[in-house]
Amino acid sequence: MKTTPRIVTLKTRDLIDDTQHDGCGECQTSCQSACKTSSGVVNQACEQ
Amino acid sequence: MIHTFQLLGYNFVLDICSGSVHIVDDLVYAIIERLKDVPRDVALAVLSVNSSSALPENLSSAKNNDSNSDMRHELIDTLSPRYTKEDVEDAMNALLALTYDDKLFCEKDPFEKWRVLNQHRNLPTSKGFECDNKDRNIQTKILECTSCDHENGDVWKERLKSCISTGTSNANKTLKAYDGYVCNSKVEGVVPENLGDCSFKKADGAVKALCLNVAHACNLACSYCFAGQGKYKGAQALMPLETGKRAIDFLVEHSADRHYLEVDFFGGEPLLNWPMVKETVAYARSLENKTGKRFRFTLTTNGILIDDDVIDFTNREMDNIVLSLDGRKSTHDRFRVDRQGSGSYDTVVPKFQELVRRRTQGTHYIRGTFTHANADFLNDILHLLELGFTQISMEPVVSPPDMPYALTPDDIVFIKQQYEELARLMIQRRKEGRPFTFYHYMTDLEHGPCIYKRIAGCGSGTEYLAVTPTGDLYPCHQLVDNPAFLMGNIWDGITNTALQNTYRHLNLLSRKTCRDCWAQLYCSGGCAANAFHTTGDLFGIDEKGCELFRKRMECALAIKAAEALDG
Repeated sequence: MKTTPRIVTLKTRDLIDDTQHDGCGECQTSCQSACKTSSGVVNQACEQ
Repeated sequence: MIHTFQLLGYNFVLDICSGSVHIVDDLVYAIIERLKDVPRDVALAVLSVNSSSALPENLSSAKNNDSNSDMRHELIDTLSPRYTKEDVEDAMNALLALTYDDKLFCEKDPFEKWRVLNQHRNLPTSKGFECDNKDRNIQTKILECTSCDHENGDVWKERLKSCISTGTSNANKTLKAYDGYVCNSKVEGVVPENLGDCSFKKADGAVKALCLNVAHACNLACSYCFAGQGKYKGAQALMPLETGKRAIDFLVEHSADRHYLEVDFFGGEPLLNWPMVKETVAYARSLENKTGKRFRFTLTTNGILIDDDVIDFTNREMDNIVLSLDGRKSTHDRFRVDRQGSGSYDTVVPKFQELVRRRTQGTHYIRGTFTHANADFLNDILHLLELGFTQISMEPVVSPPDMPYALTPDDIVFIKQQYEELARLMIQRRKEGRPFTFYHYMTDLEHGPCIYKRIAGCGSGTEYLAVTPTGDLYPCHQLVDNPAFLMGNIWDGITNTALQNTYRHLNLLSRKTCRDCWAQLYCSGGCAANAFHTTGDLFGIDEKGCELFRKRMECALAIKAAEALDG
């Protein structure tokens, strides 16, 4: 029988670790994708 | 900060400071619901039901504190009818481990130092922080004092802060005194090394993306259009080729070391100026080898003028195509009509289908708008799926609240339900091997944007500008109709430096309202143009938009949960 884990932690970007490096500034500008009227950055892919 | 929610059968616990996303069972969720607002030390004490030896010395007293002990007993009593003591202890131990691992009740505010930087005019860009203040040494010291646990650290911090406003000589004097102070030796090793370099990155003021409004004219007359049927409250105009070429040159000249440069052909309807679009692309391509830049083009079109040439050229040259289609014929033809009032659905759908069928590279989106008239926009998405489209974006209408098609408070409630149903549909279709993409549910938690991008936001007015047919520059395409937002032009550059400066200061950290919002690092403060249109203030908050964004984010996470747990 499949046992459901009590807690599943999704893998997320380590934002603290980001502070150890430069950003590259190359990621797509939000409104160049598909929204044009409602910004949100989390759906932009990282270029690094 | 902890945010909890239940959606589509999943229980979520989001630890905002660490960015952790946990999917938990009902017992763990019940425990967190009771504890989520308590401080970390209280949580640790309450969770340490039978592991006092594991508690740091300074928390042992917290564990033995009567009120914490009462909370622990109350929690266990509350849960005891449904769960065994062993289950509760097992759950608490699991939570305790996460807390020790700083993935729960994390109180290290990872953004505190960025907030300090921002406060002292170090401005975030997607590349790092620009230093807008000559007194870099002083700011470094302020950060040291902020990180320092010395009892006089705060005193020095305040003294140094005051130097910025009282002049350099005073600053140098204070710095000298500070450097000789014992506090300095204590902070060595506390301040991350990177603060001296990347965080105070020299301002390059790069522009990396242009929205080229190649046509202030349109062959449709959609009444809900934020661009005023393509004319942006001005005269009809097409951008001359020479202006387009100069815009490309402007972009290259101002792009600093950015490799990828983005150009969106927009309008109005850009296909009304199609030969110019093709020539501008050719010109930009001709610069790639000699400049080392790579252009990424996007075309946003209503589809009326799509033909074989457009299909072939866009497939070859455009990295992305945005095709405007609102969904069902009745929905689409309600607003998207020609000058005679006839709907455009029958004209554009076969063209879009053919374009998508022949598209072999790059991305495309069918991009719709929903209004008060079709708050049941899920039915429109279902229709788009029936038509064979699988890359979909559907946006709430941007409009003054007094327009008949504006979304009402009741609509917002209903739309949130629609978003949930949409997530359910996506999960179901993925299981059936018929997946589709909804733009706003796309999120890569592990490899998404870095902290700089999340703080800097969309980049309007800084790295992203809109260009009118006459070559004028505006912060973004949504503000082109407002002369107050004229920033300069592509020949003289940005001349309205006051406005530029405003946009440089416009970021997540400067929006105080966002500070307590769990979604701040997913949305980065939202759309400045929407904030301005809704509140009259670029630094304001489009609350309706925020509410919908938060719902979309929860739905996106539910889809992630389904992928993680159900395969």
